[in-house]
Amino acid sequence: MKTITEQKPIEEIQDLLEQDRKVYIIGCGTCATMCHTGGVAEVLEMKKQLEEAGKEVVGWMVIPTACDDLTGDALRENAEVIEEADAILVMACAFGSQTVASFAEPLSKPAYPALNTLFIGKEGAEFAVFSEVCQQCGECLLGYTGGICPVTMCSKGLLNGPCGGTNDGKCEEDPEKDCAWTLIYNRLEKLGRLDLMRRYYAPRNHQKVQRPGRFVVQIEERSQE
Amino acid sequence: MASSLREVLNSGKFVVTGEIGPPKGTNLENMLHHIDLLKDKVDGLNVTDNQSSVMRYPSIATTIIIKERGGEPVLQMTCRDRNRMALESELLFAYTRGISTVLALTGDSIRVGDHKEAKGVFDLDSVQLIKMIRLMESGKDLGGNELDGAIEFCVGATVTPEANPIEPQLMKFEKKIEAGAEFFQTQAVYDLDKFRKFTEYARQFDVKILAGIVLLVSAGMARYMNANVPGISVPKELIDEMAGVPKGKGNALKKGIEIAGRMIRELKDDAVCDGVHIMAIGKEEVVPDILAAAGMA
Repeated sequence: MKTITEQKPIEEIQDLLEQDRKVYIIGCGTCATMCHTGGVAEVLEMKKQLEEAGKEVVGWMVIPTACDDLTGDALRENAEVIEEADAILVMACAFGSQTVASFAEPLSKPAYPALNTLFIGKEGAEFAVFSEVCQQCGECLLGYTGGICPVTMCSKGLLNGPCGGTNDGKCEEDPEKDCAWTLIYNRLEKLGRLDLMRRYYAPRNHQKVQRPGRFVVQIEERSQE
Repeated sequence: MASSLREVLNSGKFVVTGEIGPPKGTNLENMLHHIDLLKDKVDGLNVTDNQSSVMRYPSIATTIIIKERGGEPVLQMTCRDRNRMALESELLFAYTRGISTVLALTGDSIRVGDHKEAKGVFDLDSVQLIKMIRLMESGKDLGGNELDGAIEFCVGATVTPEANPIEPQLMKFEKKIEAGAEFFQTQAVYDLDKFRKFTEYARQFDVKILAGIVLLVSAGMARYMNANVPGISVPKELIDEMAGVPKGKGNALKKGIEIAGRMIRELKDDAVCDGVHIMAIGKEEVVPDILAAAGMA
């Protein structure tokens, strides 16, 4: 599972940095490197573009995993250079951006995201093609749908079968996209479990995961067992 | 005062319904003209609900206008623009205003419409919407709370008899029946032999089937629908028939009216289905001519 990101338009990044002349850039060695949005090459390209736009890039680094707490250590180790900057530009996912922003608070430096976070996805059989696998709905239905998620894969998130817009196994939204319910039908047919598709599925509980999600692991109870 | 669509559906009469597409804006003149033209010629007038995901004058308001002018409205409700609470409260309102028929739909994708950045709600799907209406008839809402005064509706749904693959669609058709759908309007049909196969299958269920009739206005329109509209396939013979019309103003339209009338007549004479739902899409003026061509005027 990777966090899939895309770079924001450079105009938006310049708008974010409107009040800042000196910039420190942070990339991420995990998901953003795999997506080619926050690895060394992309950080250096960003540095070039910002310099062309009249900014001074006082330094940069690519943190192995920007969302990790070790990001705090990386920021402290480089505090002297970061102190020179007016702002930090983070080329990582929203999780990495939030982590950097919280660790940068003691330095009183704003941290701006250079990327948009799209979805949590996986790289399939096709190289460099990422697809979304889960929307973290909190009520996993995969056992009833042959392991294909209708909440994620159906563009309308339908639970009781395909809409009338499906055509030749493709989605109404995009003829390149598979109809989730055709895939589910075919899988369940192979499994001899079409009875699961004939069942009625009640409306989802959209409050199953209260946002923002928070979960406390009951460690003490577990150790007593 | 028009009879309710449920009464007509259960009377054994060959049912004819039409469609009203509300305007994009507040100029209702054209729509009112179409309502007045059709209200006494059909058994029910469907009002589309932000059809094709294009924002328009509301379906609910239009059904009330139809009612006020003496017609029998069918309230189309999609799950695209409202969550369960909004759908429920609208059903309460519709019931108190004398609307007696609802057509429950999933709704088109936001992406095909004119507000491409809007949120597609889809809190419910069409099967869940039908079931929710039946629940509210029993005096409860979807939150499990008691209603002070319930609702009652004749509930319809849609089916695409020529979808490919057909099996998942039929499975959903059966789920809609189990959820409480009483009648179905189909996607446009042109190949009556294929359609007969569908109605033979559908006959085992206690539901009424209204064949979707979409007026052809040119051979190009038929080819376009074949290429772009899911579940519609216009046979080559009909396309050739449209294409063979001599050039001249109104000739193709006349031919389209003739074909629609011919199909309706065959469906009726052979009792293939329980009625038709005519979608004239912008050519509501000629619906009386279609009915005349079908020998039903």
